[in-house]
Amino acid sequence: MVLIYIDHSEKEIKKSSHEAISYGAAIAKQLGCSAEALLLGTVNDDLTTLGKLGASKVHQLNNESLNNFDAKVHASLIATTASNLNAEVIVFAHNINGKAIAPSVAVKLDAGIVTGACSLPSLQNGFEVTKTVFSGKAFASIKIETPKKVIAINQNSFGIQNYDSSATIEEMNLPIPTASVKVTNVNKIIGEIPLTEANLVVSGGRGLKGPENWGILLDLAKALGAATACSRPVSDSDWRPHHEHVGQTGIQIAPNLYIAIGISGAIQHLAGVNRSKTIVVINKDPEAPFFKAADYGVVGDAFEVVPAFTAAILKMKHNE
Amino acid sequence: MNILVCISKTPDTTAKIAFTEGNTKFDENGVQWIINPYDEWYSLVRAIEIKEKDPTTNIHLITVGGPEAEPIIRKALALGGDEAIRVNSNSNDSYVIAQQIAAIAKQGAYDLIMTGKETIDYNSACIGSMLSAILDLPYVSLANHLEVNGNTATIQREIEGGEETNEVILPMIISCQKGMAEQRIPNMRGIMAARTKPLKVVDPVATNAHTSIKEFSLPPAKTGVKLIAPDQMEELVKLLKEEAKVI
Repeated sequence: MVLIYIDHSEKEIKKSSHEAISYGAAIAKQLGCSAEALLLGTVNDDLTTLGKLGASKVHQLNNESLNNFDAKVHASLIATTASNLNAEVIVFAHNINGKAIAPSVAVKLDAGIVTGACSLPSLQNGFEVTKTVFSGKAFASIKIETPKKVIAINQNSFGIQNYDSSATIEEMNLPIPTASVKVTNVNKIIGEIPLTEANLVVSGGRGLKGPENWGILLDLAKALGAATACSRPVSDSDWRPHHEHVGQTGIQIAPNLYIAIGISGAIQHLAGVNRSKTIVVINKDPEAPFFKAADYGVVGDAFEVVPAFTAAILKMKHNE
Repeated sequence: MNILVCISKTPDTTAKIAFTEGNTKFDENGVQWIINPYDEWYSLVRAIEIKEKDPTTNIHLITVGGPEAEPIIRKALALGGDEAIRVNSNSNDSYVIAQQIAAIAKQGAYDLIMTGKETIDYNSACIGSMLSAILDLPYVSLANHLEVNGNTATIQREIEGGEETNEVILPMIISCQKGMAEQRIPNMRGIMAARTKPLKVVDPVATNAHTSIKEFSLPPAKTGVKLIAPDQMEELVKLLKEEAKVI
């Protein structure tokens, strides 16, 4: 059986977990077994609809206290459940919480683990999974040598599959370990799309010359419904908040569309965005290295190009 | 307070990524080695800041690697570690590495075990979480702020679209990222002092690897950028909608 961990926040299942369910269901199909999901805590989502993503059953530990994430407690409950259900493969989204618990679960189950996976396992020669390495600059095919396996799948690398089915819900009863982490405050930036969950990202660099010029970028992001990001020099100069910094030492993202405005494309920046499906580069310097990594490029002055781009988007949306 | 800081050796961020021996090994030819930036800039520097506030703090460094890791660990000592341990193993299996660190951690009464959020070569982000399971200690990952008061750590960690504040009773394990501290450059006094600081080499404990690397590959090159004239933005929108199908 393939067991998929469902991550959630503010009573909503995360998009990355939807993808993890579809990924786990595809592995279950390869292995000829069932795909079942595990939820710790409570959500507002209708759990039977997870069948549409490929889960035949949802095991739920219906306890509000588990809505606060505690890596030690969550890992222990997941490992116990995986043992009880005799799961062969345990799947996580390689997101913030997945990174915190999947390796613990692997240790507890004596399972080999691949994090940052970006493909279905190959079963021709044992059990091999491809993952991104060197910050997205290369791939490695990793053989898991243990009977049990843990895989954390990169966000936006597999996609969501549609099944015409509905999941059954099974409530579990397990003793909950004492909390090791007390959550004292949660500070969510209201009204902003979280960068790591965003399909569309608009990002700015030093080419925009100063924080006072960010309006054109924000207008474009608003027209697209995109999240905003920036390069390291921009966040280091405090033109934009640190949580917007994407790159090797900032956040690594893999949206469907990444629009880079006035960013030259240093190798460290590319390491944070090179898993994006489509990259658009707007830069007045035709020699900017970013053009080599781009799908579409506009050589021109951002202060003219970006407002025209925004207008074209709004026109397209108006005609829809 | 006793802090154990995990240090990993990684290729420089601008290193050319290439492979040898039938794409089974990273090509180290001409590669400059650095301390993994997350281990250095955020985890180690924050440990040093804690020691600057409370000089009774001991900072021990651990690295799992061959003799070629010594310049890296000396640099970490020059920045401000008190002593270092190198476990003489060249494994690249996270589980084996975590077991080596855990074996050392069990011998010292560490209040805090600190790692970077991931290494920039294998990007596995496994060690902190694995240590938490092996040592049965609380773990907070992707932290960008840490204060220690008595036996309580107050930590800010990243969550999707924001931050969360956690309180944890020590001992614990923490993985660090941007925001935690600022990069420093070792000064001459630190470099001189590092030469005589203790660097102990120990043999690895026997552990079976759970995984093995079979093959590396490089992503297919982009087929080439399609250039759109600055006055053709409606064309760009059309391409994104109909060709790339991303909007």
